[in-house]
Amino acid sequence: MRHLALAATTTLIATAAVADTPVLTVYAGDYFTSEWGPGPVIEAEFEKTCDCDLQFSTGDLLPRLLLEGQRTKADVVIGLTSDLTAKARATDLFAPHGQNNADLTLPITWTDDTFLPFNYGHTAFIYNETLMDTPPASFDALLAMPDDVKLVIQDPRTSISGLALVLWVQAVYGERAEEVWGQLAPKILTVTKDWSSSYGMFTDGEADMVLSYTTSPAYHMFAEEDFTKKAAIFPEGHYFMVETVAKIADTDQPELADAFMAFVMSEAFQTQIPTANWSLPSALPRDQWPDGWSQLPLPEKVLFFDEAQAAAVQEQAIEAWRSALTQ
Amino acid sequence: MAQRADAVTRRAGIIAAGLTVAVVLAACVGIATRAEPTAGLRAGDWSAIRFTVVQALLSAAFSVVLAVPLARALARRRFFGRDLLVIFLGVPFILPVIVAVIGLLAVFGRNGWLNHVLGLLGLPELSVYGLHGVVLAHVFFNLPLATRLLLQAWQAIPAERFRLVAQLGLSPRAVNRALEWPLLRQVLPGAFALIFVICLTSFAVALTLGGGPRSTTIELAIYQTFRYDFDLSRAALLSVVQLALAGGAALLALWIIPQIAVGGGLDRVARRWDARGGMQRIGDFGMILLGAGFLLMPLGAVVWRGLWGMGDLPASVWQASANSLFVAGLSVLLLLALALPMAGWIAMQKRGGIEAIGLLGLSASPLMIGTGWFILLNPVVDPVALALPVTALVNALMALPFALRILVPRMRDTAQQFGRLNAALGVRGWPLWRWVLVPRAAAQIGFAAGLTGALSMGDLGVIALFADPERATLPLEMYRLMGAYRMEAAAAAALLLLGLSLAIFWICDRGGRAYADV
Repeated sequence: MRHLALAATTTLIATAAVADTPVLTVYAGDYFTSEWGPGPVIEAEFEKTCDCDLQFSTGDLLPRLLLEGQRTKADVVIGLTSDLTAKARATDLFAPHGQNNADLTLPITWTDDTFLPFNYGHTAFIYNETLMDTPPASFDALLAMPDDVKLVIQDPRTSISGLALVLWVQAVYGERAEEVWGQLAPKILTVTKDWSSSYGMFTDGEADMVLSYTTSPAYHMFAEEDFTKKAAIFPEGHYFMVETVAKIADTDQPELADAFMAFVMSEAFQTQIPTANWSLPSALPRDQWPDGWSQLPLPEKVLFFDEAQAAAVQEQAIEAWRSALTQ
Repeated sequence: MAQRADAVTRRAGIIAAGLTVAVVLAACVGIATRAEPTAGLRAGDWSAIRFTVVQALLSAAFSVVLAVPLARALARRRFFGRDLLVIFLGVPFILPVIVAVIGLLAVFGRNGWLNHVLGLLGLPELSVYGLHGVVLAHVFFNLPLATRLLLQAWQAIPAERFRLVAQLGLSPRAVNRALEWPLLRQVLPGAFALIFVICLTSFAVALTLGGGPRSTTIELAIYQTFRYDFDLSRAALLSVVQLALAGGAALLALWIIPQIAVGGGLDRVARRWDARGGMQRIGDFGMILLGAGFLLMPLGAVVWRGLWGMGDLPASVWQASANSLFVAGLSVLLLLALALPMAGWIAMQKRGGIEAIGLLGLSASPLMIGTGWFILLNPVVDPVALALPVTALVNALMALPFALRILVPRMRDTAQQFGRLNAALGVRGWPLWRWVLVPRAAAQIGFAAGLTGALSMGDLGVIALFADPERATLPLEMYRLMGAYRMEAAAAAALLLLGLSLAIFWICDRGGRAYADV
């Protein structure tokens, strides 16, 4: 009996000790926390700097936040892209990030005081240079390619990269978007629900080009020593994609959340982005990128709709895509 | 003729059916509490509804029509490896969509085996993308189900009947009219309705192989409305349209199923004196070869590609496999708790209309059920903690109509054969289940449990909405691998998924049949 009482007391003490360690709950996208994603390293690095327990909770970020509303358990949300932040902002869940936007090294000026960029990339078509000897050198050249060159793209209504593509076409061609989609339609092999399925079809040789990011070849180069995958760079410019981190306003861990926002801007965090997230760090000068990364071909010109513009043209851009591809 | 349901069986059946309805209704209520009224359906939604119905009708028709000669060939031929072949032919049905698409593209894709062969022969390339691609994929998924349902029914014809028609010297055509056609009339409408409903709720395969937005299904529209517009009321409205279509089809099909008593037999393996002709033999084996090739080659492709990546599998897939096994086990238990009482109750009814309740879970959008329950649970408990049980419940609901289709005919026969005896001996309630219904339907119970377990293994379902890293299931882990560019490891995860789904199915199916043989 005494043993039992003793055991119970020990358990109570242990529970109390665990409860004393403050927990920072970070909502993140699914890919983020897998063992080969940036999550585990970021967790370990951040926990070194605080006496706390960082816990990731993954899922569909925006739908989940919209469902939970004020009841959300998140302290920090990481991974909303700028094309979604208008909807996220409308929830009134978020507080200013408190970091200095001037420290960012993005190719565009960032003025948002709520959503803080932590990485970026550009939408691009990826091809295999051993299978395609004359890749298109511009968006116009892509449109002029023979119809037996096949592309796989993603549905803008279900995937963020697909949404970026229709905004890209909108940014390059404006009013002509529907006509451009009409020219692209015969070259589109299929549309997938998400980026993963598309990219898998491309690596299986099912399509000649896939809609992905300018940083996709980096994975093949640095992780697989495969130098055949290239991004077609277009002088018209590439749509700019940025992922953000934001602090929940009525978090019960405000200091920890602030500390995390500052950590996102630190070198310890930023140096993880290229090789764990296979994208470009938002606050790290190019000369501090990992070996070889600064040689990665990147577009000169970036095209970007801020969240208000994106929200304004989204519906029209998706409708142009839908009606041209339904014919 | 049918035995009247006794009070215990009826009560349990009504409770199980009530629970099923309650789970779906509660999800609807959950959605309704958060939905704001909107303008209703859009122009695109109507074309989605049209496309959904057309592809589902075509898919169901092709699956059922092709299943008839395949099941007939399998029912009347005995050859080495037949049992194994029947098990393997069933595999496509339990394959996760993503794994199936990998396999189908490896065979029928632009860079697939078929086009390589056509290229060598100097023939033009075949494209798998478009409505025909969707139907091809759906036939790949559902031909095994239709074949298995028909095969079971075929084997339920007592061997004595075939002996009798042989003694009477009936021609194959007469045998067909006397024995086989009445049987088909009994089974085909149900199989057709079931496959129609399955194809109605398909979406990832329809988008990928359909070629683009013209292949939008209602379920995809629900997903898009939820994910992109976050318009819960339009999502709910689309869910209702889907429920009405599926439910309507189910009711219609169930009402036209005639009641045919097969009668008592001695369960001997049927010898087919009527099918000894040489042409019949060649036709049967040709059909079996074609069916096996169509269904097994994509599986072979999955195995072949997966083997290369086995060395790259990360440790986390084992945790994910354990989670998936937990979900599968739990959903089998939930399924049996719902399906057995319902099947017993339905079997003792004159008409099978109540079986339509079983289709509720399948025709309701899993995303809608998951979201509705998330809304309901969120104020009370952390929904993340319940992510795996909720997934198991949704899976059990989706498997319920299959289970009923499999269990009810057998239980109905049992009730008819043993009804008077039971009544005379006063066997009812629990002893009726223990001594009569379960042993007589053990093979069917094992089959239903195996299907449920395997289907839940591969379901991505609601887990993608809210899952913390430790609760990832194997399909989700596979998506994560793909998302991290690890395509070879993802192919290996697909093979693991295939292996585990098959193992669960095999264990349950075998277990049931072993028990039945005793």
